[in-house]
Amino acid sequence: MSKIREAFENKKAFIAFVTCGDPDLSTTAACVRAAVTNGADLIELGIPFSDPTAEGPVIQGANLRALTGGVTTDDIFEMVRSLRQDVKVPMVFMTYANVIFSYGADRFLATCQEIGIDGIILPDLPYEEKGEFLPVCHTYGVDLISLIAPTSQNRIAMIAKEAEGFLYIVSSLGVTGTRSEIKTDLEAIVDVVRQNTEIPCAIGFGISTPEQAKRMAEISDGAIVGSAIVKMIEKYGKEAPVYVGEYVREMKEALKNIL
Amino acid sequence: MTNNNGRFGIHGGQYIPETLMNAVIELEEAYNHYKQDPAFNEELTALFHDYAGRPSRLYFAEKMTKDLGGAKIYLKREDLNHTGAHKINNVLGQALLAKKMGKTRLIAETGAGQHGVAAATAAALMGMECVVFMGEEDTIRQALNVYRMRLLGAEVIPVKTGTATLKDAVSEAMREWTSRIADTHYCLGSVMGPHPFPTIVRDFQAVISKEIKAQLMEKEGRLPDAVIACVGGGSNAIGSFYHFINDEKVRLIGCEAAGRGIDTFETAATVNTGRLGIFHGMKSYFCQDAYGQIAPVYSISAGLDYPGIGPEHAYLHDIGRAEYVPVTDDEAVEAFEYLAKTEGIIPAIESAHAVAYARKIAPVMGKEEIVVITISGRGDKDCAAIARYRGEDIHE
Repeated sequence: MSKIREAFENKKAFIAFVTCGDPDLSTTAACVRAAVTNGADLIELGIPFSDPTAEGPVIQGANLRALTGGVTTDDIFEMVRSLRQDVKVPMVFMTYANVIFSYGADRFLATCQEIGIDGIILPDLPYEEKGEFLPVCHTYGVDLISLIAPTSQNRIAMIAKEAEGFLYIVSSLGVTGTRSEIKTDLEAIVDVVRQNTEIPCAIGFGISTPEQAKRMAEISDGAIVGSAIVKMIEKYGKEAPVYVGEYVREMKEALKNIL
Repeated sequence: MTNNNGRFGIHGGQYIPETLMNAVIELEEAYNHYKQDPAFNEELTALFHDYAGRPSRLYFAEKMTKDLGGAKIYLKREDLNHTGAHKINNVLGQALLAKKMGKTRLIAETGAGQHGVAAATAAALMGMECVVFMGEEDTIRQALNVYRMRLLGAEVIPVKTGTATLKDAVSEAMREWTSRIADTHYCLGSVMGPHPFPTIVRDFQAVISKEIKAQLMEKEGRLPDAVIACVGGGSNAIGSFYHFINDEKVRLIGCEAAGRGIDTFETAATVNTGRLGIFHGMKSYFCQDAYGQIAPVYSISAGLDYPGIGPEHAYLHDIGRAEYVPVTDDEAVEAFEYLAKTEGIIPAIESAHAVAYARKIAPVMGKEEIVVITISGRGDKDCAAIARYRGEDIHE
């Protein structure tokens, strides 16, 4: 069984995203520990990419700062190796296809298995192209996580049937970033997902407040927050871990006692 | 293992966010329907003839031929098209297709501004809204084209992210498309991006080689020995090559922007300096670092200043059917001036890359041989920048 399922067992999952190396890897590691200590159930580690086409301005900025700081895929592997000594919750990488392709899919995923990465999320790898990495993911026991968008419609069942780890439901059209309102009919999407798979699904894109997180977790199995955390790291820099911890505690609190 | 849809050998594919998948599927279905629809084709041909001014001339460059002393040189004059470049061919096709699909808004990326101007033109003609994304750096290099787009009723959005050039404009247009799909068609300007764009754009640009073939047959009664075109994403080049791909004796030569040289980091010569990768929806060759970060490329030409190349070109390179050669800024600027003085034709600095390579090979070819150079656009837009390159302080 996928280790990712642990994040959803008997609870609504709070999933936190950070861009690795923004502003530096020791801050990233401290933010991850602060998030986990305060109740984060799953951590998404963003490996920065020069041209993150699915990201809004906040995470674009984080990618740029991290790369300007000189962080590399190998540095990030080292950080994960050290994090894994005490962090037990599932961790996944979120990055772009070229980062893995260029590193060599086999070498990249073998390293994921070795250092304890449980899954990968690639926003530029739709269902039609997942064969690019899926066989290698299976070789090394790393889940290739699929995304479902508000425009997926007739594709939802097809994607859900073959999904592994958890399903990432994109709440809104457009790129990552906080939103004041989420208008998509997510209940309808989750209904189709439930009819086609047993694996958990979590909603991301645009979530920043405890109220939004609660609402999303009521509909699905969890809430994913990226830009709101990244914004905090941008604001507080090396001092960010304490603020990230407080924020995660507040968000996680909102997810308790949801049936 | 990967999807075979829209592949050229191992290249191409659809590496895009799930949000866009139904949009490209809908586009492919609509295209497959309309490309066989006689009414659609009649309408497009009428626009090509009456609005864009096709067929474009195939001109025998007699002075240049004499001066170089080798092969006969013909110029395919895409610079004489309405809006001054080959970009109008693709844009009229896509705008008409978008209109048939019920879209009311076009978005586009642009480098030199030629595609943006063409998109703004087609939008004005067809009564559609138009938004053009252009790297901030390019809005400065090509200020006149920014004004032309606005004059045509388009909104121009300067893109400040990354290197603020063409690749960032493409990224921003893709982001915009994910946020507004229902009424919006992304009018991609080159033979790149996710399937079906490389095929659609190639088909609309293939009119160039179709005409070259017929025109040369009429003038010379035979095929050319070489066809030379500049390559950024590669739309005028694939358009110039397409109907010759099966004529194996015709050399197909794509001229990449080498910038300050392929031994420097200031280059945009993708095939000559890049590696296989996945970016902007396609698998192809890209300029990138050891970790797959896309490289900040450089060329004097805003239109060739792109870190990738269309997947069909990557395939033609793999199978050895086409050659991709580097041409530096210096060589392109010299060719820009040469064509102006020799033939009274000021080519776009992009097209000057093709002229530069012809100047190298024509002298060593036989007098009975024939070279066709595609002049993809006119050079008015580049005059101020070239003057500055030569140390003259001119501003538009």
